[in-house]
Amino acid sequence: MTDQQQLDLRKDAVEAGTTTGLASPSVDVTQERQNSLWSDAWGDLRRNPFFWIGAVLGLVFLLMALVPQVFARGADPRACDLGNSRGLPSADHWFGFDTQGCDYLANVVYGARNSLIIGVIAVLVILLLGVVVGAVAGYYGGLTDGILARLADIFYALPLILGALVLLRVGPSTGIPVINSRGPGAVAIALALFGWMTAMRLVRSQVIAVKSSDYVAAARAMGASSRRILVRHILPNAVAPVLVYATITIGVIIAAEATLTYLGVGLQRPAISWGLQIEAGQDSIRTAPHLVLFPSLILTMTVMAFVMMGDALRDALDPRQRA
Amino acid sequence: MGRYVARRLLLTIPVLLGASFLIFAMVYALPGDPIRALGGDRPLSPAVIAELRERFHLNDPLYVQYWEYVKGLFQGDLGTDFRGRPVLDTIERTLPVTVKLALVAIVFEAVIGLVAGVLAGIRRNSFFDNLVLVSTTLVVSIPILVLAFFAQLLFGLRLQWFPIAGTNEGLYSYLLPGLVLASGSLAYVARLTRTSLAENLRADYVRTARAKGLPNRTVIVRHTLRNSLIPVVTYIGADIGTLLGGAIVTETVFNLPGIGREVFNSIRSQEGAVVVGIVTLMVFFFIFFNLVVDVLYAVLDPRIRYD
Amino acid sequence: MTNLDLTKPTAELAAQGTPLLEVDDLRVEFRTRSGVVKAVNGVSYSLGAGETLAILGESGSGKSVSAQAIMGILETPPAVISGGGIWFQGRNVLEMSAEDQRRIRGPGISMIFQDALSSLNPVYSVGFQIGEMFRAHRGMSRKAARAKAVELMDRVRIPAAARRVDDYPHQFSGGMRQRVMIAMAIALDPRILIADEPTTALDVTVQAQVMDLLKDLQQETGMGLILITHDLGVVNEVADDVAVMYAGEIVERGTVDDVFSRPSHPYTDGLMSSVPQVEAKGGRLRPIVGQPPNLADIPSGCPFHPRCSHRRLGAEAAPGRECSTDVPPLRLVVPGREAACHYSEEVLGVRAP
Repeated sequence: MTDQQQLDLRKDAVEAGTTTGLASPSVDVTQERQNSLWSDAWGDLRRNPFFWIGAVLGLVFLLMALVPQVFARGADPRACDLGNSRGLPSADHWFGFDTQGCDYLANVVYGARNSLIIGVIAVLVILLLGVVVGAVAGYYGGLTDGILARLADIFYALPLILGALVLLRVGPSTGIPVINSRGPGAVAIALALFGWMTAMRLVRSQVIAVKSSDYVAAARAMGASSRRILVRHILPNAVAPVLVYATITIGVIIAAEATLTYLGVGLQRPAISWGLQIEAGQDSIRTAPHLVLFPSLILTMTVMAFVMMGDALRDALDPRQRA
Repeated sequence: MGRYVARRLLLTIPVLLGASFLIFAMVYALPGDPIRALGGDRPLSPAVIAELRERFHLNDPLYVQYWEYVKGLFQGDLGTDFRGRPVLDTIERTLPVTVKLALVAIVFEAVIGLVAGVLAGIRRNSFFDNLVLVSTTLVVSIPILVLAFFAQLLFGLRLQWFPIAGTNEGLYSYLLPGLVLASGSLAYVARLTRTSLAENLRADYVRTARAKGLPNRTVIVRHTLRNSLIPVVTYIGADIGTLLGGAIVTETVFNLPGIGREVFNSIRSQEGAVVVGIVTLMVFFFIFFNLVVDVLYAVLDPRIRYD
Repeated sequence: MTNLDLTKPTAELAAQGTPLLEVDDLRVEFRTRSGVVKAVNGVSYSLGAGETLAILGESGSGKSVSAQAIMGILETPPAVISGGGIWFQGRNVLEMSAEDQRRIRGPGISMIFQDALSSLNPVYSVGFQIGEMFRAHRGMSRKAARAKAVELMDRVRIPAAARRVDDYPHQFSGGMRQRVMIAMAIALDPRILIADEPTTALDVTVQAQVMDLLKDLQQETGMGLILITHDLGVVNEVADDVAVMYAGEIVERGTVDDVFSRPSHPYTDGLMSSVPQVEAKGGRLRPIVGQPPNLADIPSGCPFHPRCSHRRLGAEAAPGRECSTDVPPLRLVVPGREAACHYSEEVLGVRAP
């Protein structure tokens, strides 16, 4: 059998989907390299105290969002007694009482759920937008890339908080579903809409870098389809940086949600949110500083959890940055 | 270089127009009726309302409104708010506050960030290095909102070192908000400097500099710092543009009458012309300083040539 | 630094007969979290003015590390000079202050590296980097140093030196960049030039030009030249003496002609057989079997024994010469030839003493 015949046969096999199309030895490195990348990274993560602190904080946050009643020590956040208004922390009520006389620990703990919902939804939307737009721009290049990259530039030029602020301010009076809801969904979508560009750029640059590599050229020579190349060979390489980015971004989004809510355009009462608690507490910051202190503290620790995990992941996944 | 700058300037136009249109569309797709709100308790006569709607092009389709706006923009006319005050006047009144705040923040960011980063990078794994690592993680994680309250609580109310609101004490009033505004970037600068320095210390040309018998100071300053600072300096440069547009929370919490607080108040009161005007200005700063940084890069690193 | 005179031309010293450089039982370790890596394990040699010593070995044999130890540019930590001495013009460099050591680098001992592109600072012009030698060691003004740089670039035969002095490293070709490195290294007429794989990164035709340049410069100035390489051809062309290194030790030493024509260490023998030779057509190449040693875990006895075709283990070994337990010392095999092998005579084909 001549080489040409062999090549033809292989191409047929590829089109029939019976082999990977990666017969030449220099080619099928994606899988292997990814495996060693992740196992090296895990070895590195395990020895990083920052990762463990972040992971523990993150787990506590997650449990607080899922089963707040366990952390609230049996108190109901909405069972209030005005007689306790602004009561200071005590052995029975660790975080004291808010202005309405509600148990503050319960309120702060119940605030985690909205933060988690918004953080996760926003990041999922960001990833969806980022991966799709980035992959399309990077893979097709040319005019498509030019237009999409310019679109990202436009959004990038607007500060995240500012864009979301405007959208959420006008949202309720528009007819757009979700956006007009004043709920967690609206906040998450608004933040995602002004925050997808970095994910898009990460994916785009990875796609461009991998697209010109030899093994993708080989796969193409073997007749693999564009979509297949993109999904099998290119996107796996973008997973590591995108994962790092996504982890940190959950923290950033949670902080941004609290800020927007504090500024009055995010979640509205009677929703329970750290931003609303900080906003309500600031008037009595002299007499009852615990009203600002506790939600701020828990908010900061939550953000820190994601920043620490993301940082540790980055160090583990990018050997160049290692000491 | 000249041609590169010209091309980049041309490329900024669609971004500037696109960003301002985005804001414009959001602001004016808005409902509510600002004209009616203007009257407050006293209802305006239908004739006056019609006249005002005409004057603000509120009856035209969105793109016509935007076209009118852009025409004005190129003649230096940013329009007027609903009370008839030119938006340009509002910007002239509020911008100096934001510029002062941004400058104070940049000084903090550059000085503290660089010094901490250099010391940590040179003495890798020392106590100070670990201190920088831990404290930057902490600072990056504290939302500006929280940091602002704690700065007010600690330095303003408890220690009474700084005023906690307003601009009555001149430049001194800007120190605390400036530090709060700078905090995130400051931590980033420290980290960037540290990694960049540690990376460059291992570079072959630093080994060469030692082999040449250059004094240690020269090896560090001329052959390591000089190269390490290229990404740091460019980051700080680009950050000026970000800080000029990112002071909404800081200015609001510290009650500084800058463009950040102004734009926030205008968003709340639906003063469309002011919002679009200030946001366009912010976007311009952002794009402009990014361009400056790209040019700066070529000046600092001879390997980069744009022609 | 009282008794170290670096002002006289090197050529005058040649007559006095004292070696410029003596390295005695040098040992270097890298102490890392994952263990101690013994990179150099008792290396000794000396070099006189006008002499050329080639140090031959594969990567990881300790040849570059020993050179960097001599230069005093090892990164400490993780590197530690754990034993031995380095005498430059009769004074032990390791006992000098850091400042005195620094003053030797440049006018005393100078070094060029393999990759000239990464070894030159990308953000300074080549003229500035050459001129730095004069500014740091002779206190010259920037302008005078620049003029000197032009002279030096002429001397290493860079065309249009006066025009190119303000260009940056990335604007030069590979060969020209290595010339810039050489210009920088010879700027202060060093007594000794250490060339660490100076031609490895270059095209073959350019390699020859660079080696010719080094040879010519050595003849002009009478400096001692240490040539670190894994390229047998380069050694053959340029060097007088050769020291072959394996696992951080010198395993064979002698004149280039002797060692190359009749190796007395199995490793050298293996090296010669694994390289194609123009004269010996038709023969098969015989690669050395096995892997280079792991310096964190060097084999007991003779470090080469796991790969050696002449090894004698257990009962077949002569008493005290068991290859996996007895360390072979570097010893005189025949006049002018040393080797660290229990069975060198057998390799060489002469009768044992």
